Amino acid sequence: MYSSIVLEHFKNPHNQGVILDADAVGQVGNPVCGDIMKLYLKFSEADKDKSLEERVIEDIKFETLGCGAAIASTSMLTDLAKGKTVAEALKITKQNVADALGGLPAVKIHCSILATEALEKAVKNYSASLERPSPAV
Amino acid sequence: MQNIYFDNAATTPVNKNVLEVMLPYFCEIYGNASSLHSFGQEALKAVDEARAKVANFLGCETNEIIFTSGATEADNLAIMGVVFANNYLEKKIHIITTEFEHPAVLETCKYLEKQGVEVSYVKPGSDGVIKVEDIEKEIKDNTILISVMYVNNEIGTIQPIKEIGQLVKKINSERITRDPSTSSSLRSDSARDDTLRQIYFHTDAVQAALYCEMNVENLGVDLMAISGHKIYGPKGIGVLYIKKGTRLQKIQHGGHHEFNKRAGTLNTPLMVGMGKAVELIQTRDLNKIKFLRDYLWQELQKNIVDVSLNGSWEDRTPTNLNVSVQGVEGEALLLGLDMAGIAISTGSACSSGSLEPSHVLMSIGLSHEAAHGSLRITLGEENTKEEIDYFVQQLKQLAEKFRQMAPK
Repeated sequence: MYSSIVLEHFKNPHNQGVILDADAVGQVGNPVCGDIMKLYLKFSEADKDKSLEERVIEDIKFETLGCGAAIASTSMLTDLAKGKTVAEALKITKQNVADALGGLPAVKIHCSILATEALEKAVKNYSASLERPSPAV
Repeated sequence: MQNIYFDNAATTPVNKNVLEVMLPYFCEIYGNASSLHSFGQEALKAVDEARAKVANFLGCETNEIIFTSGATEADNLAIMGVVFANNYLEKKIHIITTEFEHPAVLETCKYLEKQGVEVSYVKPGSDGVIKVEDIEKEIKDNTILISVMYVNNEIGTIQPIKEIGQLVKKINSERITRDPSTSSSLRSDSARDDTLRQIYFHTDAVQAALYCEMNVENLGVDLMAISGHKIYGPKGIGVLYIKKGTRLQKIQHGGHHEFNKRAGTLNTPLMVGMGKAVELIQTRDLNKIKFLRDYLWQELQKNIVDVSLNGSWEDRTPTNLNVSVQGVEGEALLLGLDMAGIAISTGSACSSGSLEPSHVLMSIGLSHEAAHGSLRITLGEENTKEEIDYFVQQLKQLAEKFRQMAPK
């Protein structure tokens, strides 16, 4: 049912864990559907004056509660997004993740690849935090 | 690499003695059992012997045994056969089943519902057991069939078949003696005809055959389905017991095979295998399986935190353990255990090919989270204590790994 790439990422996921001083955090999914994913992003310090879209994702980590495809696809997304600018990373589609994994059963592409949505959510949360005025000290 | 099979409710291996008795009927005694020549008659003799073994096992006559392609077909034949024989298009008829039946029964009932048959789905208790009074409450004047599984395939809970059988008998005797003028629905149908007098009682007994009382008379059932591949027999063969006098219309048309109730050339080798498999049931060591299952549950509780039992502990077959491991997802556990050489199953949506978790676990009131984290372990007599120890150790590691991996 699963490709050898899926099984390898499931067994030894890449970039699994948390970034305590993450710049951006995004969580999607819910307990009813069974899959919950959380992504932590750290942007490069070198390009902090650039626009959000141009900033490079220097580090990315994930936490996932879910099936084999959910774990493997989050792991794969972190590989694909790491080192890319935010604009480039946001272009990664569910299909890109599935293809990089050597394919996934159709039903899994829709229900298990929440990672792209978690990435969008993290970026959205971050830009929302930029727009908010800093609290007065 | 370990090679541990804990999924005996999905299927069992074919017993070597069963295989052995089947083999001559492929290449040597290959005649069509319906043929009059000696090739055919030799095959027929084997079929008759197999049928007699099944009849002996169920405590019925040989002409009450119909061989089918499996329990799914047997369930379809039982339910559709009774409905079709009762002029269902003109009369509003009613059948009762449960929410947590196997799809072979549930989907057949849903299909009939679309054809205009009224269906009541009785909910089990949180212990996974149907209450007889909940069945009784649903019985109406136009009820013609009750179908309740003997043992639930996911949680192993044993249903009160004998008690429901007694209830059906009681209702049927009341119907016979009752004055038709007291019943509006019978009167409006302008006939106190036979078809509305009797309720037939069907049970899908696939998961019960190895462990429970199977005498159809004692149980009071009119129809009972069993399967070969759950009792160390071959896949592709099942049996439907049809009590003499049951009005049943065949659903597969063709020749006059199987007392004109199921057309199709007799599958001699599989029938012979089925006969041997039921014969061997008497020799099985249930105590060993029960000891291992009890030990497994004890060790799981000792070693893994937040693990809970699904379904009654008392009213359960000795092979089955169904638990929810909180904070993890069942399919991930299944895959991880498979990589460690252990085969189990799960009620998680992620393994079902649909987006819904097990309808059985939902019917007994589990939360989505608990259903997603469910594991079914079904033991066979080949399993050992060492295998249980290895399994518990692997599951402990995986549960810790996945809990650590999950968002807090």
